[in-house]
This record gives sequence, structure tokens and C-alpha cells, in this order.
Amino acid sequence: MGSIFMAFLIGGALCLIGQLIMDFTKPAVTPGHILVGYITAGAVLSGLGLYQPLVDIGGTGATIPLSGFGHLLTQGTLKAVEQKGILGALSGGAEAAAAGITAAIVFGYIIAVIFNPKG
Amino acid sequence: MNVPNPDKLKKIEIQEYDNLLQQIKPKPAIFTNCVWAFTVGGLICMLAQIIQNYLLSTGMSKIDASSITSVTMIFLGALFTGIGIYDELGKKAGAGTIVPITGFANAIVASAMEFKREGYVFGVGARLFSVAGPTLVFGFAVAVLIGLIKVFFTS
Repeated sequence: MGSIFMAFLIGGALCLIGQLIMDFTKPAVTPGHILVGYITAGAVLSGLGLYQPLVDIGGTGATIPLSGFGHLLTQGTLKAVEQKGILGALSGGAEAAAAGITAAIVFGYIIAVIFNPKG
Repeated sequence: MNVPNPDKLKKIEIQEYDNLLQQIKPKPAIFTNCVWAFTVGGLICMLAQIIQNYLLSTGMSKIDASSITSVTMIFLGALFTGIGIYDELGKKAGAGTIVPITGFANAIVASAMEFKREGYVFGVGARLFSVAGPTLVFGFAVAVLIGLIKVFFTS
């Protein structure tokens, strides 16, 4: 039960930060900027070793926000670098994120074809 | 001829309305926006944690459970965007629906759906990446850079 509550708390807090950024920079920062900003910030923080502690505390509250996706890319890259050196720097991120990216492309395409926009 | 100029009246009304709006609008809007973003974003992550806990309880490895959880959330985000519910929720929840990975799926489906009239290859197929593209570009660029830094410092 504790992990579910912590996911709510950390996940909620990360979304709250995004909302504050959007509200105070209106209309310069769009949802697209938020997505790009979060994945970049997550990847950088992960490289500095600052994101893993957040994942340990918040579970999916830290991995489901897009910053968690950046964390996944960086950790995949770093692990692959240990094994394969410079080749790993290029292959590790895509390997770690393969399931998520493929799912997003395939599900996204199918659903965009089946459904039509409202209004 | 005693009637005041209607244009002038209109201008004053607009001015008054703007003043009133300036006084009333900003602060409460930001506060309610934040409550919505926190609650909805938190609930989405909570749902993911419930799914992940279930997968872990079946004896699945941590990496696989985490992957399947993300894939499930991406599917749900895409599906609810298709049905039209996700964007309705997004009007109130703002970043609460953008920041989680369901928001990434939402950005993909929403922009792809809009361009169906341009065809299924260069309409849907290309617009799928109008927001997802830049996101992946920056994510990968940073990850590779960090990887190269590590290669450089360990060799």
C-alpha cells in the first residue's frame, strides 16, 4: 500500500512542477515543450545520479512521468557503455526504451486510424 | 443626440471587464490548476503502481514489470485519446495529463488524428511524430552524450 501512496505523491509533485512552469510562462511554454523539457531533465538528472533516488522513493511516480523515460534512456546507455564501450553509447538507450517506443508508435498509429477527432 | 456614443460606451465596458478580470483571474486559476494537475497526475502514476505491483507479485523481474507497466499506460493513454476522454480531462488537469507517459501517447495520437485527411502515410504516419519526434531527439541526444562522457572518462 505504501508504494501506491508514494507513487501518487511523487507523480503528483512532478506534474505540479510542470503546471507551475506552464502557468508562469504562459503562453511561451507549450505541452510539447513540457514533454521535451521533462525527458531532457530526466536524462541529465539520471546521468548525475540524482534521478535513481527519486525512483527508489516514488516507484512509478518517478518512472511514469516523462522524466522517467529520460532516466531509462540514460541508464540503458550507461549500462551498455560498461559492456560494449563506445558502441554501447549508441545502442543502449534504444535497447532500454525499445518496448515503450515501439508500443507508442504502433498503438498510436492504430488508434489514430480507428478513431476520429471530436468536434 | 443626448445618447452617448455607443462605441465609446463599449470601450469603457471592455476596459472595466478587463480590469475585473485582471483582479479576479490569475491567482485562483493557478491554484486550482495546480490542485488538478497534482491530483490527476498522481492518480495516473498510482494506477501504474497498482499494475506494476500486480506484475511483480506474479514473480516477474523488475525490469520486465516496469516495461509492461509503461506499455500498458501508453496503450491506455492512446485509447482514451482516441475515445476523446483524455483531452477533455486535459482541459482541467493540464500538466497532470501531459507529464505522465500517457501524455506522450496523447500527443502522438492527437496530432496524428488531426491530419488523417492528408493520408495514412504522410498524414497520420508523419504527424505521429510532430511532438514525439522532438521529444525522442532530445532524449536520445542527451543519453548518447552522457554515454560518450562515460566512455571518455573510463578509458
